[in-house]
Amino acid sequence: MTHLPLDQQMLDSCAALLLLLSFAMLSQRRVVTLVNLYAVQGAVLAAATLLLAWRTGEGHLYLSAALTLALKVAFLPWLLHRLIRRLEVYWDTEPLLNVSGTMLAGLLIVVFAFALAQPIALLASTATRSAVGIAVSVVLLAFLMMITRRKAMSQVVGFLSMENGVFFGAMSASYGMPMVVELGVALDVLVAVLVLGVFFFQIRERFESLDLHHLESLKEHE
Amino acid sequence: MELLLLLALPIAGAALLGVIGAGRRAPEINAAFSLGTFLASCALTARVIRHGDLLLAGEQFFIDPFNVFLVTLTAFVGLTTALFSRPYMRVELDHGRLTPGRLRLYHSMYQLFMFTMLLALTTNNMGLMWVAMEGATLSTVLLVTLYRTPASLEAGWKYFILCGVGIAQALFGTILLYVAAGKVLGAQGVTALLWTHLDAVKGQLEPTVLALAFVFLLIGYGTKVGLVPLHSWLPDAHAEGPTPISAVLSGLLLNVALYAVVRSKVLVEGSLHSELPSMMLMGFGLLSVVLAALLLWRQRDIKRLFAYSSIEHMGIATFAFGMGGAIANFAALLHMTVHSLTKSSIFFTAGHAAQKSGTQVMDRIRGLITLSPTVGWGLMLGSLAILGVPPFGVFTSEFLILTTAMRTQPWAAPILLAALAVAFAGIFSKVQPMVFGETNARRLPHAPALLPVFTHLAIVLLLGLYIPPYLADWYRAAAHLIGGP
Repeated sequence: MTHLPLDQQMLDSCAALLLLLSFAMLSQRRVVTLVNLYAVQGAVLAAATLLLAWRTGEGHLYLSAALTLALKVAFLPWLLHRLIRRLEVYWDTEPLLNVSGTMLAGLLIVVFAFALAQPIALLASTATRSAVGIAVSVVLLAFLMMITRRKAMSQVVGFLSMENGVFFGAMSASYGMPMVVELGVALDVLVAVLVLGVFFFQIRERFESLDLHHLESLKEHE
Repeated sequence: MELLLLLALPIAGAALLGVIGAGRRAPEINAAFSLGTFLASCALTARVIRHGDLLLAGEQFFIDPFNVFLVTLTAFVGLTTALFSRPYMRVELDHGRLTPGRLRLYHSMYQLFMFTMLLALTTNNMGLMWVAMEGATLSTVLLVTLYRTPASLEAGWKYFILCGVGIAQALFGTILLYVAAGKVLGAQGVTALLWTHLDAVKGQLEPTVLALAFVFLLIGYGTKVGLVPLHSWLPDAHAEGPTPISAVLSGLLLNVALYAVVRSKVLVEGSLHSELPSMMLMGFGLLSVVLAALLLWRQRDIKRLFAYSSIEHMGIATFAFGMGGAIANFAALLHMTVHSLTKSSIFFTAGHAAQKSGTQVMDRIRGLITLSPTVGWGLMLGSLAILGVPPFGVFTSEFLILTTAMRTQPWAAPILLAALAVAFAGIFSKVQPMVFGETNARRLPHAPALLPVFTHLAIVLLLGLYIPPYLADWYRAAAHLIGGP
């Protein structure tokens, strides 16, 4: 067995951590912890970006790591925590599928994701291409989380986690996107969360709850 | 220069209206900015007519026959919708459905939305296109919830989450495109996402990865086009938002999203040399046409009815792009143009009709023609135009699509024809009693703006009878570019 260089091992550990965090989010019902897990995911992502930047010497990856750190580790979690306190939504209700069922579905999704990532990993010339499967898994697991949750706040964290997965995919398959695109994406994510903040207050003002079952009256034949 | 104006004017408008958008003259300022944007788009068009394709600002922007007419169309509908919204939003304000603060939000976001649409159309960078498409969702989500009713909040939430998830898939597709392109173009730089560069090397891109990329891109942008089964946000957002927003969502956003899908298809097809992208477009298109035609019958809300009609027509255009070839592509481009004009004019009249009757429920809108012949006739003519009655332009495009289908995809032609018939009966049987019959409408404090309605319908009529030579040339050139079997 050949020994991988240390930085490669660390990158792989980061990838594994990301996947683990996705599963942790999937099983977590406490909204505050969910946001914290999201922040940790962001931190791992930033660390992986930094390692990659150091290894490849790509200048824009340093910028991108800084952006991740500022936005996904500091600002967004802070904003979400503030929202949680102001709106007093601490717990999600029982998910539509129970935890063990969700975990099983999650496992199947990971297998599927790795099969899906095979051709991409073969094509990519980056050192991190083995992590593409993990990126796809993170995206799909976040998708699963959005489907199975009822509270608006959990769905939003799922949405953000999905964006993390896409971002990690871009990094591991091609060392990130061009800077102008990355900046644009970061701007969109930021605006999305701000819009959501406003939106939550509107929902809250109207229904006095953030439970999405209030938002199920627009049915087809009405 | 023209391009700079085209993109800077809406931004400046958004900033200015963000401050004074609640003022007494704000609707006029909104219209003035839209007029400026439209003039800039005309100047840009004139330049393209004189000099041909343009690559601007270090290849970041690209104008070719495929997007030049969409730019003009977008700016034009943006202008007429701003004119329409002038009296419409004043009435809403008088009725107490809005506060001045929300009017300010509306005006500012309207301009921002125009900016994102124009950016998505003119950019050469697939990544920036994604950013602009997401920006379009974000700028309109708070407009869908403008009335703050429970139903509108639900519609806004659905719109945000579904389009957000969809657009995340599109981002992943864009990344896959970038990975495949980086392999060929070598540069880990900006050029690997520029459409013109990708187009030049599309034959060498790795097919498996591009096939995957196309699936993600189609799901992502297809959600915005409103393709079944990804359509469920569309009727809600159209019905619950203010009418000018329904008009621009239907007339512009769907077009721009379809534009993104077709741009991706050109690349993928060039790499794959297989029928996969065509088959997928035809499948989604046909499914949308059939399901929307059936669901039309169950609608009771006038704006929901026409939202489903939009799904149907986007399905027709998608199907035509799927068939490919010179005639079908030509027809699909024509269809995008006439649908956009007709559908926005219908939303204008439907909005006035709903205001006059005080409800969007079709059973309670009756006899429009008695009190306001122009609104009544506008709705009637618009509906006839959208249903493909000759000599309106929709007839021309649908006729071309159907005859091509009979020749190249004989299995699909009867399905398409049957769906069109079902949709015809569904819409006509609902519109007829609304226009004729006993009236219950009332007068409004601000005279409705009907000039946009009849301008649109006149253009659609004109396009049915005569297509100007340069427009036909663009369609032909774009049809050639899109290619297909």
